[in-house]
Amino acid sequence: MEILLAILLGAGFGFVLERAQASDPDKIIGMLTLRDLHLMKAIFFAIGLSSLLLFAGIGIGFISISHLSIKAMYPGVLLGGALLGLGWALAGFCPGTGIVAAGRGRKDAWIFLLGGLVGAWIFTLQYSFLEKIGLFNPWWGGKTTLVDTGAKGATALLEGKGSLLLALALGAVMLVIAKLLPLRPGQK
Amino acid sequence: MKEWTWFQAGLALAASFLLAVVLVKPIGVSTQFVILDGMMASTIDASLVVVDDSTSSGYASSNAYLNKSGGKYAANIAKPLNYGLVFVVAMFGGGLLSRMLRKEKSPRQIPEVHEARYGNKAWPRYVAAFVGGQIVLWGARLAGGCTSGHMMSGMMQTAVSGYLFAAAAFVVALPTAFLVYKKKGGA
Repeated sequence: MEILLAILLGAGFGFVLERAQASDPDKIIGMLTLRDLHLMKAIFFAIGLSSLLLFAGIGIGFISISHLSIKAMYPGVLLGGALLGLGWALAGFCPGTGIVAAGRGRKDAWIFLLGGLVGAWIFTLQYSFLEKIGLFNPWWGGKTTLVDTGAKGATALLEGKGSLLLALALGAVMLVIAKLLPLRPGQK
Repeated sequence: MKEWTWFQAGLALAASFLLAVVLVKPIGVSTQFVILDGMMASTIDASLVVVDDSTSSGYASSNAYLNKSGGKYAANIAKPLNYGLVFVVAMFGGGLLSRMLRKEKSPRQIPEVHEARYGNKAWPRYVAAFVGGQIVLWGARLAGGCTSGHMMSGMMQTAVSGYLFAAAAFVVALPTAFLVYKKKGGA
């Protein structure tokens, strides 16, 4: 059953990324050079809407909090995020969109995935050292969220009734940002 | 073919993320690069991943990363037919499906922005893609997730790590993209 879900959800997500043009490096670089904010608007809208519905769903008991999974905060998140940003801007792919673009038939995406496998393996071999120098030491308790999600092992910065309101407000703010961002800045 | 508007794309992406978390768990991709690497490495070195009843996953590895969290990755390498890897392989299938349903079967091979600045030879683009891929996956593993896991799934759940990951990624990605791909002689 879980494998069937993996196939359906994975194929659906891959299809959606391709149709959203997120696997087109020209669209990614267009966004990062602030010429074409199609993807940035779509991403803000998607995160805002899914967050709103997620917390509403948890609130009415429709979504099981056992499905949530919060990633820890540690210095490597900042360094790793910065490096991902560097490679993302250079190649125009991130891991997920690289896979989708390879399925779409792009040769440069296959090369990106090959580089990715090499990078991931180098990291795997260096892990002990990176851990030793403290890059994985948790910050602020590690698995921390702004809003009380109830997820296993996670702590919230804001608990209680105001928490759900903050979640809904954050989602709404992202929807507003998505709407307000200009599609093509600098063009009338 | 008419492309989706940002609104349609946003709706479809939101549905993907929400469905995944309602039915199974938040979407994540970059871990599977390690799993695939481990599968290849363990065909060369059979002692990399071994059965070990004393760990919570039932598997152990001589590599500290594959051995962490009770040998979780080691177990996925030994038994790759699991949700995470199948999901990512299916994403490839989704890209393929979209291609088959498009009129334009062969996509552009070298990005316009690359060609405008560096010409239409293939190898400089391949170098950028290969080096970029290495940096992206090394960084994603250090951060513990990529655009899908940290930025989308993380911020959806209001994870502090998700917001800070996204901020770090964009702070570096914007100036890099300007430096590497800004057209000569002005914006």
